[in-house]
Amino acid sequence: MEVKTVINAAGREVPLEINGQPAIPFKGVGKHRPEGRKHGTLIPTCIDFPSDGNKVVGSLAEALRRCGLKSGMTISTHHHLRDGDLVSNTVFDIAADMGLKDLVWFPSASFPCHEPLIKYLEDGTINRIEGSMNGPLGRFVSEGRMKGTAVLRSHGGRVQAIQDGEVKIDIAVLAAPSADLFGNARGTGGHSACGVLGYAKADYMYADKVIIVTDNLVEFPCYPMEIEGNYVDYVVVTDKIGIPERIVSGTTQITKSPDRLLIADLTARFLEKSGILKDGAAIQAGAGGTSLAIAVFLHDILRGKGWKSKFGFGGSTKYMVKMLEEGQMGYILDAQVFDLEAVRSVEDNTNHVPYSVYNAYNYHSKGNLTSMMDIMILGATEVDLNFNGNVVTHSDGYLLHGIGGWQNCLHARNVILPIPLFRDRIPVIVDEVTTLCGPGELIDVIITERGIAINPLRKDLIENVKGSGLPVRTIQELKDEAEKICGKPQKARFDEEIVAVVKWVDGTVIDIVRKIKD
Amino acid sequence: MKIRSAKTGNAGPGIRSDCEIVLETGNQEGISIDLISKVKTLYGGSITGLCKEILGFYGVGNAHLKIDDSGALPFVIAARMEAAIKQITDADLDYLPEFLPENSYNTTPGRFRFARLYIPGNNPALMINAGLHSADGLILDLEDSVAPSRKDEARILVRNALRQINFGGAERMVRINQGERGLKDLECLIPHNINLILIPKCEDPENVRNIDKKISEIKMRYGLTNPVFLMPIIETALGVENSYEIARSAVNIVAIAIGLEDYTSDIGVSRTVEGRESLYARTRLVNAAKAAGIQPIDSVFSDVTDMGALKNSVHESRSLGFEGMGCIHPRQIAVVRQAYFPTQDELERSVKIVEAYKEALKNGLGVVALGSKMIDPPVVARAQKCVDLAISLGLLPADRAGGEGSR
Repeated sequence: MEVKTVINAAGREVPLEINGQPAIPFKGVGKHRPEGRKHGTLIPTCIDFPSDGNKVVGSLAEALRRCGLKSGMTISTHHHLRDGDLVSNTVFDIAADMGLKDLVWFPSASFPCHEPLIKYLEDGTINRIEGSMNGPLGRFVSEGRMKGTAVLRSHGGRVQAIQDGEVKIDIAVLAAPSADLFGNARGTGGHSACGVLGYAKADYMYADKVIIVTDNLVEFPCYPMEIEGNYVDYVVVTDKIGIPERIVSGTTQITKSPDRLLIADLTARFLEKSGILKDGAAIQAGAGGTSLAIAVFLHDILRGKGWKSKFGFGGSTKYMVKMLEEGQMGYILDAQVFDLEAVRSVEDNTNHVPYSVYNAYNYHSKGNLTSMMDIMILGATEVDLNFNGNVVTHSDGYLLHGIGGWQNCLHARNVILPIPLFRDRIPVIVDEVTTLCGPGELIDVIITERGIAINPLRKDLIENVKGSGLPVRTIQELKDEAEKICGKPQKARFDEEIVAVVKWVDGTVIDIVRKIKD
Repeated sequence: MKIRSAKTGNAGPGIRSDCEIVLETGNQEGISIDLISKVKTLYGGSITGLCKEILGFYGVGNAHLKIDDSGALPFVIAARMEAAIKQITDADLDYLPEFLPENSYNTTPGRFRFARLYIPGNNPALMINAGLHSADGLILDLEDSVAPSRKDEARILVRNALRQINFGGAERMVRINQGERGLKDLECLIPHNINLILIPKCEDPENVRNIDKKISEIKMRYGLTNPVFLMPIIETALGVENSYEIARSAVNIVAIAIGLEDYTSDIGVSRTVEGRESLYARTRLVNAAKAAGIQPIDSVFSDVTDMGALKNSVHESRSLGFEGMGCIHPRQIAVVRQAYFPTQDELERSVKIVEAYKEALKNGLGVVALGSKMIDPPVVARAQKCVDLAISLGLLPADRAGGEGSR
């Protein structure tokens, strides 16, 4: 069937229909105004639930059957167990055993451990995945082998889609490191502790049915309640929900790469000299090796000047915890935790505050935490001459990453992308991004090992670093240098078929990904 | 036709920015190329095009080529191809990539050599961005960091790197091999604007003179006028004993370095962090260098993770009279440079002494006094040296206490 397409406000050709549902083309940043009311779930009644509060059932299969699992349903999971997740795959093993077809998996992110699900995409148990497309899954989708069209959303776009009823979750299967028989749950305790459950909120609030899966059933009440039991239908107790060493790393490490350290050093110096880093600045950096190095360098500057960051937004690591504990950061607001030190901190320190993504990143809500951030450190696979960014595909056209919180974070006051000018031989600054994920008007500064490019829209920053000795250049100069070293790359070649769409934070379609030409 | 095959370069897990070339001739008509590459979509055409051009340059018309590429830049692919072709033919032509105009600079004997970074000569991934780390010198190393079986291909890679890597103003250095192989290194590399040659395991002034002579010959043959300085490295007990003669053995010697890993092994002791076992050798070398009017340069510090210990080591090195140190990781460069700079206290004291000296001159006084203390002329000279150094490093403005005394 031919799907009608139009050119959206970013100049990209996008479809008016995705997987049989109407889609709204991107209209520009801050231009789309939603209408109507939020999605409503069925009204439950306590007369259908045991009066002693005990919702524990014998197995996940039984819970899924009692929830009425059938073909075509949408199943959501969160990604707090990261690459150690043992629950999501089990859900689809059960569905395949039941002979179901055309399910939609709606994870908050996927990991290499989910590669076994490819067989269910092949045999039709799963119609499509609406979530991040990492590694082998991305390759599978890019080769046009998934039945439905993938829908890529940011973390905030995902909760917006749930809230606005674009995605109706039939059953949310939520792994919980600790839970009680009523379904109250939290991210700490037990041997699968992941710290916080900041990605589960919209799922349990808006899903028709909610199953909690835990390997650590605790006495009622399980407290603090990151998931509230009166949203929960069933509780399942299993031996093991995750592989601990793949849930949080024992210790996150700053990069050892001399080039990345150089980029981190330049970034810290830029933030200082441009005046962006100041007493009280709110900071978000992330957990990549370069970001961690930046966090360490910023910590040194704050300490040296006697300054204190008002708050930092997680995912948290030991480096952020160190800032909190040594007095250079007031609070950590945290939707996910990356290492054991951060798990300890969230358990012990009342200023390390669990903060859901539903609260922080939802564009269709009464305020936006990210627009309150002063310093936002992000990555990208490609940036183009108009400062547009790509985070989902590589220059060879293959889907390889999820959007994560990237699009949401673009709304910060100062968006800084410390990225290498080229990765091996692949230039990062290109004429035009392969896939548009974020409009250039929101991206302020690109920092590479060979120079810093400031978006011409940020005249203030350009003025602030004049005479600072920092290597400021135009983005065109950086691109030319990359091509001088690497050579001019050929373009990836695509078929007509659309294999994925990329949503903007407001639910509109900003771009598409086409099938790779063999 | 006899089947011949050659293999160069590197591939496999952990290898980046390199390629492995397997070239076979004699078993087919025409050229065929199998390319495995992570950048095939973007650069597949460019890679095979370059390989064909090089085969054509060397007149190889029949060959099968297997390339396993991890994102090698063109100068690396060219070096690997040339080395493979030279393994199976007796070609002596060089396939030279463009010489970057920004690399055609000379250096001076007295320039600072605080931090010089060693780069293994057969590892392209570490070469590409080496010029970005503000080292005073970059050493492309053909000696200890290259396996004996890879010496020939490394020499070609280093030659291409000298032409294609932007050195960013750092002194362009090469550590050649010992003996005959070192002379072959010079033959291949001197035409590509080297500023300084490091001579390893130097024990004998004759050794330096031979190398100096060879360089002059090559320069004459190519009509080169750029200076090529020498830095002998003393790495044995005998070398230490001969250090003064070595330091004076050629006019192009600008510095003499000590290599403590080999030296401690030669005298049969372990190298310690405190370095008591090498104190004699180090002070002897400093003295020889100063007597010969050249720079004494310290050994590398091998723990790349401990920046605190590195800093202490440089402070000690500086207190012994050394004027620079080798680095084996770019992270060490800033720490080493900073630690060789004059400290704030030293600077302030020196400025005061120099100002007092000027004041005394102006007033026609024979003695210089600072407060109630008399200052001897050597102290004034040392203070002036410190101030001059600070000015040239940009730590002090040029009008501050510089001037008369420094000339």
